[in-house]
Amino acid sequence: MTALNKQVEDIDPPIDGEAAGQYLTFMLAGEEYGVEILKVQEIKGWDTATPIPNTPEHVLGVLNLRGAVVPIIDLRKRFDLEKMVYGPTTVVIVVKMNHEDQERTVGLVVDAVADVYRLEGNDIQPAPEMGAAVKTEYIRGLATVENKMVILLEIDKLVDFNSMDSNGVHPAEKVAAGAESETALAQ
Amino acid sequence: MSLDQELDEIAQLFIEESMEGLAIMETGLLNLDLGAADPETMNSIFRAAHSIKGGGATFGYTDISEFAHHVETLLDEMRQGERPVTREGVDLTLQSVDCIRDMINDLGKGDVDTTRAKELEAELTVMLQSDAAPLKPEGVSSKPSANNSESGDWEIYYKPAKNSLKSNSDPLRMLQQLKQLGDLVVCSEGADDLKFGEYDSEECQLAWHLTLTGEVGRDEIEEVFAWKTDECELKLTLLSSDIVDTPPSTADSTKQSTTEEAASTDVTETPKKPPVKSAAKSSGGQENSSIRVNIAKVDALINLVGELVITQSMLSRFNSDFQSDQLEALREGLTQLSRNTRELQESVMAIRMLPISFAFSRFPRLVRDTGNALGKNVELKLTGENTELDKTVLEKIGDPLVHLVRNSLDHGLEMPEAREAAGKPATGVLELNAYHEGGNIIIEVIDDGAGINKERVLQKAREQGLVGADEQLSDDRINNLIFMAGFSTVDEISDLSGRGVGMDVVRRNIADLGGNVSVHSETGKGSKFTIKLPLTLAILDGQLVRVGKESYIIPLVSIVETIQTTADQVNELAGATELFKLREEYLPVLRLHKIFSLQADSVNINDGLLVVAEANGQRIGILVDDLLEQQQIVIKSLEANYRQTPGISGATILGDGTVALILDVPGLLQLFMERQNSASTPIAAAA
Repeated sequence: MTALNKQVEDIDPPIDGEAAGQYLTFMLAGEEYGVEILKVQEIKGWDTATPIPNTPEHVLGVLNLRGAVVPIIDLRKRFDLEKMVYGPTTVVIVVKMNHEDQERTVGLVVDAVADVYRLEGNDIQPAPEMGAAVKTEYIRGLATVENKMVILLEIDKLVDFNSMDSNGVHPAEKVAAGAESETALAQ
Repeated sequence: MSLDQELDEIAQLFIEESMEGLAIMETGLLNLDLGAADPETMNSIFRAAHSIKGGGATFGYTDISEFAHHVETLLDEMRQGERPVTREGVDLTLQSVDCIRDMINDLGKGDVDTTRAKELEAELTVMLQSDAAPLKPEGVSSKPSANNSESGDWEIYYKPAKNSLKSNSDPLRMLQQLKQLGDLVVCSEGADDLKFGEYDSEECQLAWHLTLTGEVGRDEIEEVFAWKTDECELKLTLLSSDIVDTPPSTADSTKQSTTEEAASTDVTETPKKPPVKSAAKSSGGQENSSIRVNIAKVDALINLVGELVITQSMLSRFNSDFQSDQLEALREGLTQLSRNTRELQESVMAIRMLPISFAFSRFPRLVRDTGNALGKNVELKLTGENTELDKTVLEKIGDPLVHLVRNSLDHGLEMPEAREAAGKPATGVLELNAYHEGGNIIIEVIDDGAGINKERVLQKAREQGLVGADEQLSDDRINNLIFMAGFSTVDEISDLSGRGVGMDVVRRNIADLGGNVSVHSETGKGSKFTIKLPLTLAILDGQLVRVGKESYIIPLVSIVETIQTTADQVNELAGATELFKLREEYLPVLRLHKIFSLQADSVNINDGLLVVAEANGQRIGILVDDLLEQQQIVIKSLEANYRQTPGISGATILGDGTVALILDVPGLLQLFMERQNSASTPIAAAA
């Protein structure tokens, strides 16, 4: 599966106008974001997740998705946006991301689902350099649809579970987590 | 040679059967009394070798069959009483068994390394020739003879039994194999007295006159027919080498032309048609592991499925229209369903269960070889070999067990002189014992050697900073230090009967299986390693506990007991660690809500329950708010979509569809220690 995806990527490098395709967009704090629709597995309503202890704040926990245990990420927290009370439009977009040749299923909590657009290569422009302070690695590019800006996300680079040392982690936990990921890599 | 071809299912069966045969040979050889071999044992060894040879030849693994032939020759002489059963002979045969096993393993890779086989073959030949002088002159019987002297050109009359086609033997295959031995001229002969109305197309009516030219030994021909001797009429006549003219093809050779065999009248010319290999197009899955299941288990499973279907149909009655007065019947049906499900689950699990003798079987050999190499006399006692455990666990427990056994042989048991000096019998006893206890399987490795040198272990541990200079440890804690990582690299200690090569690897492997290992040792009397394993990997018995709003599962295998605490049993140590007095022991109290940063019902220790859990030989009290039910849980990986989390070994899905996390007690303990360290000395944590 991952090999197949890789192949597809090889044929179709998603950089510089080659990112054409259909995008599912969603709202997050008034802005519209897009993810490649082929990466989306399903969209489901918000349901309380089981929290995992000692994890970064944006990892809300895990949910049972038809027998699979799937981590749930709050994108607002991931992007350091203002918190919002989950409402009736709050949904979980379940995406498949490839990380280190391993396919992972992850749920992203967003404010609301917006639309599906078909974008051509020349509709998309690379994200401008915004200095070191703003990370752009998980932004695939920017597109303009009906005079709105849509931020296209690079799903695979959105969450890196192995180097999670952002907020809310106990220092001892940090050491342990570092050791864990090291052993994981060694294996 | 057909090694390049993909293995078909039949070849897979051959591999499995050969492996079993090799195991029989090995066990048999190890049980042989030198000098006075039990004929029954000898026969079973010989039979196993013979089947491997025959099977190898049938499937075209000529390397294996040729080599097995030499082994068989030696065994045959021993079996016939023509050759004494010597230690050298047994050793050589054991080495040959290893060699055949390697060759068979290589089959999967498609490339067989024959160098070792050639070496051993030479040794076997030397042994066969040197002190041969077989008591009997020559194998004149129709049995595969040890003697290759009879060779030359052959005239063969081959008439398969009428029913041979039904028993799946293909005469054409025989002819093709013969053809590989030399030039073959084939002349077929139909049945003369065959009447049209009586002809049964499933019977073999043909016979062949064959002329085989080339230097071919009698035994080579017999080998081709090795498995078919009772199914055919076979006459072998040795022609002198100069008679090569073919017998004239008879008129009736083409009469009987309905079957495929007739087409092969001239095998020499026909391009090799591969009827045997037609089945070989199955995908070449090499690591196609399979298990042999006792038919009784399958029958039980089928019965249960039958019951389940009945229950299901009973319950589906309520589906269409349900009256409230049927509630009792519905409840009954649901009870039955849950019983069926549980039984079904158990018997499906039972299919994966194999007796531990599969893991134990290698030890007689290992103990013998290692004992010889070390110059120690060791008696191995195996008990509980029929204890069953999950195949996956079984496969993975092998290496740690080998490690422990080697360790006991190397460092535990003393040299015979030392043993006698200590007033013990010169022969050391190593015991492997397996039994069920609760939902677990316990494997013990017991030796009556010198035991662990505690002072030395403690001293080393202090030197390495694993134990604080003033820390006082119980004997068992000291003994279990040998499992600590970092302890393994110390070589000097192994010279001094302290153990310690790779023991942390053993512990980690066992921990990966969800089990634990501990050691109990008495100086001068020996050591006992106890491995505790869950019966299966996929399902575990868990205790649901509640902390605040969250539920967690503690594997029952880790839980020692659960107690209601009172404040006077708890003391605070240096303001940092709470200690709970359980009978004569002080246990550190791990507050789950603190470790996991949760909101507990109450932080007062009186309101909670203390779950006493054990990991790595150390006990700890885990403070929780409440105990919920115990249940069997299916383990789901958290890493599949997320990552490893300290203190959590996995997740499961509860009856209401929510996810509950499974606590990893050793990990939790480690987390707890780190917290304690960082709380008291922040610098130490950073270092």
